[in-house]
Amino acid sequence: MSNLKILVGCKRVIDFAVKIRVNTAKKAVETANIKHSLNPFDEIAVEEALRLREKLGDKVVKEIVALTCGPPKAQEQLRTALAMGADKAIHVEVGKDDNDVANILQPLAVAKLFKAIVEKEQANLVILGKQSIDDDASQTGQMLAGLLNWPQATFASKVEINNDKITVTREVDGGLETISSTLPAVVTTDLRLNEPRFATLPNIMKAKKKPLVKFTPDQLSVDITPRLETISVVEPPARQGGTKVESVDELISKLKEAGAL
Amino acid sequence: MVYTPNLVSRQLFGKVVLTRNKCLKNFTIRNVNRNSIQFIVPTNRKFATSIESSSSSAEIPAKKHAPTKVVEFTADKYTYLRRNPNFKELTQDDIKFFASILPANGLIIDNEEDLIPYNVDWMKKYRGRSRLVAKPKTTHQVSQILKYCNENKLAVVPQGGNTGLVGGGVPVFDEIVLNTNNMNQIRSFDPVSGILVCDAGCILEVLDNYLAEQGYTMPLDLGAKGSCHIGGNVATNAGGLRLLRYGSLHGTVLGLEAVLPDGTILDNLSTLRKDNTGYDIKQLFIGSEGTLGVITGVSILTPPKPKAVNVAVLGVNTFQNVQNAFVMSKNKLSEILSAFEFWDSDALKLLKAHNIQGKNLPLKDNYPFYVLIEISGSNKYHDDDKLQNFLEELLTNEIVNDGVVAQDETQISALWSLREGIPEACSKTGAVYKYDISIPLSVFYQMAEDIRNRLRSAGVLGEDKPVSNVVAYGHVGDGNIHLNITAKSYDPEVTNLIEPYIYEWTEQHNGSISAEHGLGLMKANYLRYSKSSSMISIMKQIKQSIDPNGIMNPYKFLPTQ
Repeated sequence: MSNLKILVGCKRVIDFAVKIRVNTAKKAVETANIKHSLNPFDEIAVEEALRLREKLGDKVVKEIVALTCGPPKAQEQLRTALAMGADKAIHVEVGKDDNDVANILQPLAVAKLFKAIVEKEQANLVILGKQSIDDDASQTGQMLAGLLNWPQATFASKVEINNDKITVTREVDGGLETISSTLPAVVTTDLRLNEPRFATLPNIMKAKKKPLVKFTPDQLSVDITPRLETISVVEPPARQGGTKVESVDELISKLKEAGAL
Repeated sequence: MVYTPNLVSRQLFGKVVLTRNKCLKNFTIRNVNRNSIQFIVPTNRKFATSIESSSSSAEIPAKKHAPTKVVEFTADKYTYLRRNPNFKELTQDDIKFFASILPANGLIIDNEEDLIPYNVDWMKKYRGRSRLVAKPKTTHQVSQILKYCNENKLAVVPQGGNTGLVGGGVPVFDEIVLNTNNMNQIRSFDPVSGILVCDAGCILEVLDNYLAEQGYTMPLDLGAKGSCHIGGNVATNAGGLRLLRYGSLHGTVLGLEAVLPDGTILDNLSTLRKDNTGYDIKQLFIGSEGTLGVITGVSILTPPKPKAVNVAVLGVNTFQNVQNAFVMSKNKLSEILSAFEFWDSDALKLLKAHNIQGKNLPLKDNYPFYVLIEISGSNKYHDDDKLQNFLEELLTNEIVNDGVVAQDETQISALWSLREGIPEACSKTGAVYKYDISIPLSVFYQMAEDIRNRLRSAGVLGEDKPVSNVVAYGHVGDGNIHLNITAKSYDPEVTNLIEPYIYEWTEQHNGSISAEHGLGLMKANYLRYSKSSSMISIMKQIKQSIDPNGIMNPYKFLPTQ
């Protein structure tokens, strides 16, 4: 294929290093005044798109488009993708803040929004993170492939493109599975696919001038009404402290008590 | 396909369990030896792949301790040292006394293996012959121990986390080790003033985590934070990575509790920011390296934890431009600038060679100098904007040639780990000569170049030579350079080439031979390069009046020759 247009998903999530807290209503986690970043798996997706272009050349990979569905501040994450090297960004604005988005946006709606943009942009390769680290749903990529009726290659640890054929190596229980399909296709990225680059200063400066287009779900004629209801969100039970034993005999009796022996 | 060695995490009853979601099935194991194992694995159902794992982390066949280097006794290595004959040797009666005031878990007596971690320093450069480690839990116990030692003329080495770099925290001969490990209670914290009062043996990182929950942070941070004790930090006046922002411990420590050699407890745990009454005795203890007494409690002013932090790493072509960038950062970033660190290309070479930070280095091209700038403030948008504008100005004025800005917390710690990984990378080559010098910025990097030239012309610097690298890094913001000379082993010929040359050089350029590591045993006899004879004479008088028997941390700090 000589005209590859890659669409990459860029979700705004609570930073990986931040300790999350359940909100007082026990319906979601606290999002206000908490550091947000680009979903790490999406960062890997952006990196892979850039590497594909570096490998195949500008003539093959015509454009890399970063897409996010989220609140106004999600533009920060688009800027990160642009600073890494994406050419253009699309922001489908949903909700007024992070809390709002968490209440509204669900994987099926995101998949529908992505489908609308794929069609608008005439993209023929979509690379998404295998999941976002906030919901851990791991559904958007699969649903998008279903809606588009495209092949899907999930949990990619290696991606190769040869003419119209895409070959993806996947990490599965037994080891590695290699699959191939024709393009267009949806690929979702696994952790070890690549190590994302840092955003360099010259690229951060260039990113400010790159185009960022905004849409609303209405403009795309997509109904994003939530279909699932969150009943409650609770923290996992606190870890019980261990005890020290004085002797091997005591250890064995404790293990027997616990049914471990 | 290649599995990295760290995937092989453990061996259980002959089955190799691979972590990180990787379970190998149908594999054969071949060529097992202590450090390496080869798996033959069918992949893609077509080809057999062999996976070689060879790493100490592979823990195969069973976890073995890393081969411990036998460290030469300090007294054998440095023959100028003589045991002070006035000191008594430990007797059974002494041991009985210590056993009467300390519980069994607070004492280690005559067990060679158990004593090693207390007798040998972190760098494995110094080794004492102490027969007894006392680990008191209370200030009263410290007082009893010191009183007894003073009356019986038993020499004592106070010891915290044993992370010192100049041999100040380990015995030289048979001094008793007084370790603060068991003194680890936080005594009070006032969330309004941010004043923390705690035992001397509290670990710096533990304190920082405790404060983080209350929205505060420790005013100092250093690479050894996971092991070092606050008491040791104060006793050595540790500097570290936040000094540029929060100043030295002479300013942030508000009060101390210390025990004098005669057992007197000096209770000066003030929580006042202003107190102009009499001589400020606590200042004497800050940086006294355990030669005047034992610090048992610390009262320290802690700043609010910055809400927004970001880090940039820049590639710079000349040291002049490192200085220019520093001047500009003070002007343009002003109140949010919290660190300005640098390292040179030799440091990066070692980081790369030892893969400290993974394969993903921030900058593609190599530069002679790298600068790390950290900003911390309260408003992310304001701070990021400021940083952005500042960096753009540096780039357009060609002061820096390239740079990266962290986009998330993971990248912030990845960038810091470059700077913090340098000492570790240096230590991988065998021996490291560490120098920690304060010098005016105008001659800051010239020192590294002069040392390189000296070693090169003596024919000892190079690929197959005794000295492999001369690495410079440090706190530009504080005028403090760390010079690490990596060598195959500690070689007297190399030592004589570096010392006292480096100290003379420092003296000529009006620097200090110890910016933050202290004097310890390593630099005690070089004090004259940084202090006049009248200053040293007053120091000796102070020592004499507080510790007339000289039992506190002998042979160190003050010159013996």
